[in-house]
Amino acid sequence: MDASLSWIKAYVPDLNASDQEILDALTLSGTKGEGFHRLDKNLEKIVVGQIEKIEQHPDADKLVICQVNIGSEKIQIVTGAKNMKEGDKVPVVLDGGRVAGGHDGSPNPEDGIKIKAGKLRGIESYGMMCSIEELGSTKDFYPDAPEDGLYILPEDTEVGADAVEVLGLHDTVFEFEVTSNRVDCYSILGIAREAAATFKLPFKAPEVKVEETEEKASDYISVEIKDADLCSRYCARVVTDVKIGPSPEWMQRRLASNGVRPINNIVDITNYVMLEYGQPMHAFDLSTIAGNKIVVQRAKDGEKFVTLDGQERNLDSEVIMICDGEKEVAVGGIMGGENSMITEDATTVLFEAATFNGPNIRKSSKRIGLRTDASGFFEKGLDPNNAEDAINRACQLVNELGCGKVTQGIVEVKSPIKPLNRIKFDPEKINKLLGTDIDRQTMLDIFAREELSYDETTNEIIVPSFRQDLIGMCDIAEEVARFWGYDKIPSTLPKNAPTTGKLTFKMTVEKTAREVAQFCGFSQAYGYSFESPKVFDKLLLAQDAPERNAITISNPLGEDFSIMRTIPLNVILTSLATNYKRRNKDVKLYEIANIYVAKELPLKELPDERAQFVLGFYGEGDFFTMKGAVEEFLGQIGMADELEYDAKAGKPFLHPGRQALVSFKGECIGYLGEVHPEVLDNYGIGARTYIAVLDLPAIVPHANYNRVYTGIAKFPAVTRDISMVVPTAVTAGEIEKMIKQRGGKKLEKLELFDIYEGSQIEKGYKSMAYSLAFRDKEKTLADDEVNAAMKKILNGLESLNITLRS
Amino acid sequence: MIKEQLDKIRESALKQIEATEGLDMLNDIRVNVLGKKGELTSILKSMKDVAPEDRPKVGQMVNEVREEIEKSLEHTKKKMEAAVREAKLASETIDVTLPAKKNNVGHRHPNTITLEDVENVFIGMGYEVAEGPEVEKDYYNFEALNIPADHPAKDEQDTFYITGDLLLRTQTSSTQVHEMEKGKLPIKMIAPGRVFRADEVDATHSPSFHQIEGLVIDKDITFADLKGTLAEFAKEIFGEDVKVKFRPHHFPFTEPSAEMDVSCFKCGGKGCRFCKGEGWIEILGCGMVHPHVLEMSGIDPEEYTGFAFGLGLERIAVLKYEIDDMRLLYENDIRFLEQF
Repeated sequence: MDASLSWIKAYVPDLNASDQEILDALTLSGTKGEGFHRLDKNLEKIVVGQIEKIEQHPDADKLVICQVNIGSEKIQIVTGAKNMKEGDKVPVVLDGGRVAGGHDGSPNPEDGIKIKAGKLRGIESYGMMCSIEELGSTKDFYPDAPEDGLYILPEDTEVGADAVEVLGLHDTVFEFEVTSNRVDCYSILGIAREAAATFKLPFKAPEVKVEETEEKASDYISVEIKDADLCSRYCARVVTDVKIGPSPEWMQRRLASNGVRPINNIVDITNYVMLEYGQPMHAFDLSTIAGNKIVVQRAKDGEKFVTLDGQERNLDSEVIMICDGEKEVAVGGIMGGENSMITEDATTVLFEAATFNGPNIRKSSKRIGLRTDASGFFEKGLDPNNAEDAINRACQLVNELGCGKVTQGIVEVKSPIKPLNRIKFDPEKINKLLGTDIDRQTMLDIFAREELSYDETTNEIIVPSFRQDLIGMCDIAEEVARFWGYDKIPSTLPKNAPTTGKLTFKMTVEKTAREVAQFCGFSQAYGYSFESPKVFDKLLLAQDAPERNAITISNPLGEDFSIMRTIPLNVILTSLATNYKRRNKDVKLYEIANIYVAKELPLKELPDERAQFVLGFYGEGDFFTMKGAVEEFLGQIGMADELEYDAKAGKPFLHPGRQALVSFKGECIGYLGEVHPEVLDNYGIGARTYIAVLDLPAIVPHANYNRVYTGIAKFPAVTRDISMVVPTAVTAGEIEKMIKQRGGKKLEKLELFDIYEGSQIEKGYKSMAYSLAFRDKEKTLADDEVNAAMKKILNGLESLNITLRS
Repeated sequence: MIKEQLDKIRESALKQIEATEGLDMLNDIRVNVLGKKGELTSILKSMKDVAPEDRPKVGQMVNEVREEIEKSLEHTKKKMEAAVREAKLASETIDVTLPAKKNNVGHRHPNTITLEDVENVFIGMGYEVAEGPEVEKDYYNFEALNIPADHPAKDEQDTFYITGDLLLRTQTSSTQVHEMEKGKLPIKMIAPGRVFRADEVDATHSPSFHQIEGLVIDKDITFADLKGTLAEFAKEIFGEDVKVKFRPHHFPFTEPSAEMDVSCFKCGGKGCRFCKGEGWIEILGCGMVHPHVLEMSGIDPEEYTGFAFGLGLERIAVLKYEIDDMRLLYENDIRFLEQF
């Protein structure tokens, strides 16, 4: 919301703070200032000059020499401008002065442009006559400025006067961020009211009085609302004898300083009132309104309508339309129609100020694809009382501008207007909520400054209709707080009984996962939860793979972000690929993030969000490096024992001979493996890559940090090494399972220390060597006990077609 | 006579010890003098020729000589060993400025560092850490937070929808509602988590980012408590000297509401590129839990009050570590991650 200082001061005449003070004070009272800019920035030593004589430059065809009267003296200025004649009055920047920019339309330099006397093609020039662009503005805001050339001031301008003043540029435009609850502050009056309350100054609202003719508006127009749910109030006033022309300078300047382009007096009045009151208005040429009537009703599905910007719009039955006796003339609350717009020839004008249903306008404007200043106001939900005030103010301005005659009365239809809200005044409760000790009268003074009145008989605060945000005690507590000053409220800590802070168990396990991953050299990656459905093809997943049952976002940012992850690999593989392409060596990454598993699609209930611990690397290391990291983690959470690896993992994205499901006590908790070369090609990774995925919801219930000290062995261990010839198909897992099963309780440890496949060994076999350690906690083990255990083990191994190496 | 012999042995032994050049020679001397066939031993052997009454005296003399020689041997041995060790150490001198052998530990993501910093502050103040679902029902993300169906805030937040009723949560505030519905009071929790907004990816926006929500509900909780708690938090995270400023703001689920700025922790409030010359940096939104929100979750607002706050994790990480492009947080380039 932009607001110029001069306009604010029109209602808070005693406001005398600096621009910065105003910005800071309003920020601290709740109207956040985003900044301000001075319209006279870099405009120095600029006066009104009158051109008395124009002569051709002797040595330059495109230049002329002007003798300019600047009041105190006459100076000579050489210029290339063409649009002036002798007797014209123009802004003149004198030697040593400064202008905001050049006239070629390039962005204005931060410090403006310094102007110095000098020679132009040999002729002395003591200043510069200015275009509106050089003064930091544009033709949009000064519509009488020429396309290219000097800005010619009105004939009655005083020679030698401050031209910046004459142009209304001694002003500051503030930019405020208005919160969505403060609809009333999207207006100059709203901002002025806040400024007055903040600085404890009187607020002088405009006194609206309309001079009316004998004629009755109701003789010109009737109003009917057919769909009151979408339009709760429609006010119409009629102005006759309209003389369309430019609006006065002061009005143009105010519109311009708030970024609105002046058009003509009637349109400018509606825009002026919109800015001032925060109530959009519309003006129809009454001669285009058939049947002397206005009907407010829904459009029909599939209808088309041309708005005043010349565009054809598609309508539907949720769009509220303003119609006359025959046709539609405006899209309610959004934009008028081309068929009823004000032209130069308009002589009778119908003003409209209405209250439309905010959410409906918001949705309609989205569907139609047309967002206007008006719809921006209406969608916030306006105060119906504002419509009446605004339309009267517009008619008052018609009187002031003398651009028409206002007929008698408002023709209107309205739904019952809510009575003013009343809030019980309980200063004790307010203080209790704020933690303050503000006295009752101070609170009442604050309310009075904001135009909230106090009903002593009922002890209630009466809320004016423009403050739709004040409903309950907490709302008025905030009013007290912000005008008392948030900074004056003490800083305390809750005095309640102390509590214990902690992470959940799941978070603790995740923390362990992070610590172990980092210890093992993996750095933490972060990714998005949504990705492209192309991921499934990249990962070679079958067409009927369950992972393809992904939740789809109905309004994604694009296909690449359109489905929720069902498989966590894409982030790690994409990130590894990024690193690979950037030639980073030996990259190890991990991520802990959710996948989203739908119970059914389309989604009816919340999906299962499963946190996945994913590790991935390329470079130094192999499958067993990854297996080591997995076991390190599982060991830290007490799950090292009873792990099993099943090579038949069935993951199409992994190397068929280098993948394994990981299970704990028979329950699958994840998988690991080398990434399939075709997948690596799909991601553009040119190195062997290993991944592991651990499903934390399957792990957390088994995780534990309980440890029991078992003592350090007092008696020596007996070790036996066995060297075997093993059929290739027999896995280490099978051998170890057999040894453990047969070895009994005394078998303390077994360790593979050699594995060999090659020329020394018969084809179809491999050589494996294990070191076994036996120990009894109570005594030194006797050889025959160990021998008996070994015999059992060897018998078992024999059943796997394993022979001892001779 | 024996005395002379002994003196001779002693003189000769000590002389030899003094002249030795290595530990081996020292051992030879020991064997030659003190050994079983050594000179001193042979004197003891000739004791039988000594008059019995003189034997104790001679024995004592022999022992004195032995002790003296042994002491000298031991002393010389220690000296030599020390010399040998010193020579070895001297030869083993290394260039300590040679590069270290890297242990290749991984690195925490700046988001996680920030999260853990924040968690530690609040856990220390007695807050439990909670989690809520990322795919959420409209009710928890909006309605139960006093954002009814037609509220403009629903548009403002650019929500990703899955169905009409299911969406990707736009704020961790939804976790507030879940915690309140559990019916256990008082509540003192923070809830970190991933949130989603339909913002295109650029240097300052990401469609997926993280927030940390805070909620305290108990009897007699005041706005002053909110201020004090968050001021404490700011000091812990941004430094002891940091100043805080609370500005009135609006959130549908709190009233009164505020935004908290901290004095720029880069320039100390003088104004720099991080605070855009303002000296203050906006850090979080907060306020007193709106009575409607309490009511909807079954808490009596007449009996209980509370405060809530929400802050953006990435925002703090980006400011704290001077990360100039948010996309870096999601690219996972190891050269970025290794800096943390």
